[in-house]
Amino acid sequence: MRLSKAWTVASKDFMTYRNKKSILYSTFYFVGLVSIGVPFILRYVASKPNSAAALPTLMNAFSFLYVIGAALLPLGIASYSLVGEKVQKSLEPLLATPTTDEEILAGKSIAAFFPAIGANLIAAVIFTVLVDLFTYKTLNSLYFPNWNMAIILFLLAPLACILSVGYNVLISSRANDVRTAQQLGALIILPLGAVYLLTELRVLDLNTNTLLIVAASLAAVDVVVFFLAKATFQREEILTKWK
Amino acid sequence: MSMIEVGNLTKKFGEITAVDGLTFSVAEGEVFGLLGPNGAGKTTTIRMLCCLISKTSGEAEISGYRIGNGADSLAIRRLIGLVPDNVGLYEELSAYDNLDYYGKLYEVANQERKDKIEYFLRMMDLWEKKDQPVSDFSKGMKQKVAICRALIHDPRLLFFDEPTVNLDPESSKVVREFVLKLKQEGKTILINTHNLDEAQRICDRIGILNTRLLAVNTPEELEKTVWGSKTVIQLEEVNDRILAAARELKPKDLNVEENRIILVLTDPEKENPDFVQAVVSAGGRVQYVTELNPGLEETYLKVIQETK
Repeated sequence: MRLSKAWTVASKDFMTYRNKKSILYSTFYFVGLVSIGVPFILRYVASKPNSAAALPTLMNAFSFLYVIGAALLPLGIASYSLVGEKVQKSLEPLLATPTTDEEILAGKSIAAFFPAIGANLIAAVIFTVLVDLFTYKTLNSLYFPNWNMAIILFLLAPLACILSVGYNVLISSRANDVRTAQQLGALIILPLGAVYLLTELRVLDLNTNTLLIVAASLAAVDVVVFFLAKATFQREEILTKWK
Repeated sequence: MSMIEVGNLTKKFGEITAVDGLTFSVAEGEVFGLLGPNGAGKTTTIRMLCCLISKTSGEAEISGYRIGNGADSLAIRRLIGLVPDNVGLYEELSAYDNLDYYGKLYEVANQERKDKIEYFLRMMDLWEKKDQPVSDFSKGMKQKVAICRALIHDPRLLFFDEPTVNLDPESSKVVREFVLKLKQEGKTILINTHNLDEAQRICDRIGILNTRLLAVNTPEELEKTVWGSKTVIQLEEVNDRILAAARELKPKDLNVEENRIILVLTDPEKENPDFVQAVVSAGGRVQYVTELNPGLEETYLKVIQETK
């Protein structure tokens, strides 16, 4: 596989995002809502008396939103990137070029992965700065950065993002329009949402060990989804079965 | 030398046979047309030859490279340019960016790519609109961009799948003239079309396909093969005496339609003068003598009808 070819495919998608900014709207919403909105909730909680004990659990649970975000953000991008090609019927001329299936798939994955991970990281930086700012007085220390957040941002988030991109390839073979692809794609957040909910309900404690177990599980699922996506993204399959 | 060699090529989708035992060749510089109804296997044939889908059985070679051989697939795709039935352009990108992207995929060097994009867009009268998104373009303009895209890497062999379908007559003419220009430049072209007039104007040879290849020849020879050589003698009036005189010369077949005698002859150029003389001697007043030319459309319909 030639990475330069994959990069050419990805560059075209980056150019498309620049010309059609609506594809990136979900990214902006996420950054605004989770990185700015959530810290204000924590600010409210921190202003209550005797909140110091409750804050760390709440902040850990909210940190997990960046794993959900990493799975959610590529949906809009990846579904447009793949189903968009299908809708515009541009896959046939693309597949007729001397580019391998792997190079195209890698290019599409890069095009969905980097903007999503980038936006997720920017959102996380804003989140941690605001949370530290709002909770410093109550906790008498800076809660972020910490190891849990590092695991979330640099291990769990990329794994969730890879899962989302692979899952989107699978969906794209069945979905006929971008909206359907996004709706089906959103199902990916259900298991991650369950982890978040269990944390909020204090059934699960998101400590380092738990996060590493979640990471190992995600890595295993990623491998399975990767091979399924690779099997789905075959030239003949795309032209004859992707309807 | 053959650019395309196809031998007994077959494609099945489950129980359905889309292409059955196709055998033909296309010489370098030749324009070969595949005519056939919807579902005849024309697009499937092009897709197999472009290494987009696999063959079920048989053989095919493009400039010596074998389809179905993984190592040869990339080499074949470098040699060919494809204009599919759907233009498949990136609507939100400009014409320039669409071509630039494909130039990169075909590994055309930077300066050469820029020069070619300008050359083709100017040739197609699109240079002034090079920065406009393709979504603003008419169907004809999009088709022109799709043709430029197929030519960006200077391919030796071009596949056109229904290039003028859905185009207005003016745009169709532009596309047809461009294909003829490519023919003059010596490109080998395989064209799928429903448009019989277009096929007759552009193609050196035509294959009539309906899952199986039913006939292959030049448009003129195809007509002769299917209909035989027929001479029409138009008279002021036909009577029994004239018919008896004509029958005496033993034509292969003789029919009368109103005041026309239609003759099927073995060697029309040699026999026509004798028949005209016999008819005149029998008192016939000849208005004109012509060769019956049913046209490619009638020929095509007859061939397709015979297979049903």
